[in-house]
Amino acid sequence: MIRLQFDRVTKSFAPQRRGGEGVTAIADVDVRVEDGEVVALIGPSGCGKSTLLNLASGLDRPTRGRVFVDGAEVTGPNSHVAFMLQRDLLLPWRSILDNVTFGQEIQHVEKARRREVARKLLDKYHLGEFVDHYPHQLSGGMRQRAALARTMAMDPDVVLMDEPFSALDAQTKMVLQQDLARTLFEEKKTAFLITHDLVEAIALADRILVMSRRPGRIVREIRVDLPDRDNPMVRRQRNEMGSLIAELMSLLDIGHGDHLDG
Amino acid sequence: MATISMGKAMNDATASAVPAAAAPPRAEPALVPPPPSFWRAYRVAIWSAVVLALFVLGWEWGLRALGVPKYFIPTLSEIGVEFLRAYERMDLVHHTVITTFEVLVGFALGALLGMAMGYVLGMSPTAEKVLSPYILALQIAPKVAFAPLFVLWFGFSVEAKMSVAILVAVLVVFFPIMVNVLGAVRAVDPAMINLARTFSATRWQIFWKIEFPASMPALFSGLRIGSTLAVIGVTVGELVGGINRGLGFLLLSGETQGAPLVFLAILVLTVIGIVAYCAVILAERSVLHYMPRRDFGKPNS
Repeated sequence: MIRLQFDRVTKSFAPQRRGGEGVTAIADVDVRVEDGEVVALIGPSGCGKSTLLNLASGLDRPTRGRVFVDGAEVTGPNSHVAFMLQRDLLLPWRSILDNVTFGQEIQHVEKARRREVARKLLDKYHLGEFVDHYPHQLSGGMRQRAALARTMAMDPDVVLMDEPFSALDAQTKMVLQQDLARTLFEEKKTAFLITHDLVEAIALADRILVMSRRPGRIVREIRVDLPDRDNPMVRRQRNEMGSLIAELMSLLDIGHGDHLDG
Repeated sequence: MATISMGKAMNDATASAVPAAAAPPRAEPALVPPPPSFWRAYRVAIWSAVVLALFVLGWEWGLRALGVPKYFIPTLSEIGVEFLRAYERMDLVHHTVITTFEVLVGFALGALLGMAMGYVLGMSPTAEKVLSPYILALQIAPKVAFAPLFVLWFGFSVEAKMSVAILVAVLVVFFPIMVNVLGAVRAVDPAMINLARTFSATRWQIFWKIEFPASMPALFSGLRIGSTLAVIGVTVGELVGGINRGLGFLLLSGETQGAPLVFLAILVLTVIGIVAYCAVILAERSVLHYMPRRDFGKPNS
């Protein structure tokens, strides 16, 4: 079953001023993500990766083509998908528990029920002691864990992630990747992950899509045929990592001339 | 020039710090710095006491020593005597209650109106852009100057004159609160709103769960300014209205009855303002309890 599908999707933005030039962010993107699959998307910065996520979450509509989640065309925000961004976006005036229940609260889930779900998730992500704390009292890694719990509390079919760990330090990042990979595997969630981090893409995904510069097109698809998708710590240490990274680097044109200056 | 004097100051600082650190015997350098000396720990309190003493002494005896006449500026003790006289003979409590009532009502109405306008305009960028020149003009216009107009509107009964005072307060309180709220709603992180939208939040939910709570810090700084402006507004309203109740009446009576009465009325008005300001701060502390405490310079807090 296909959980998430981009069907020849193009997105252009109107010019900022009259007489200015419009921008085509992505062109003819065709992507299918199967049930339970984790797909990573990498590409140069500004190639329209985040535009894809906005289309999938229903925040924005495509200029041409169609987006489907669970077989239904996406026409606006819906409860099949949930979003996780680089910034945790925790609401500073809510306790950690109330932040995690935020999405359910908006959808009028009964209070006792949503608290139960949130507590379970926070326990799972090692934040059980911090339910009554406020975001500013937590470290960056803990805050991002809380954001992960908030995403999972919606019990989405498709998890959309936009560089979720790029603001964290290297060790914290690995620990969070581990938690994420476990959750996605155990809950059999489908995930679409945007990242700049090649190792992260290989460690977490079943498949990696490489996008071109703007207007972004999918130029290559790479299957990561490695075991341990539920255990990125182990996967990271495999010998095949090196050659996969080299392949991605050459596809992204990293290390050739002009990039080194910038 | 600045660098030179700064360099000198830094030299002085190190020069005074080095002997103090080197003074204890070298045997076991302590890991924990010693507790600050009595002087360092209480220097703010000590200086405050010294300045207060100088202020009181200077006011009570310095003025007379300098030959400032009694009808210019009264001494503290004269204001104290005036307080007892006004309390017993001029119904000071009654006047204070009237003025306090006007301040409270003016502040509350002004704050509510300011909030309402701030949120409405904050949620409608077009309306704000269209109205912004008028808002700016009204913001710059001296609001207290409208007082004579209000006298014209309301007439001359006691209630009318209280209404004038209240209305001037409403007008001056309104603007800082509206401007603060408007700015805060406009400054809400769009990513937070998008997050709520991905959860299918309605416009109303976005307001109540994100924009409204996000505006609280700015709202409270507006309320703080408003609480002090309310006293000014009421005072001007009472003076212009020529009211025969309230502290403004005492101020006007001071024109014939002498400087101590003027100072006494100013003092009571100030106290009303301070109490209002502190009430806002207390409310702010309980509402904004989630904010990180800004205790700069206090270690381990």
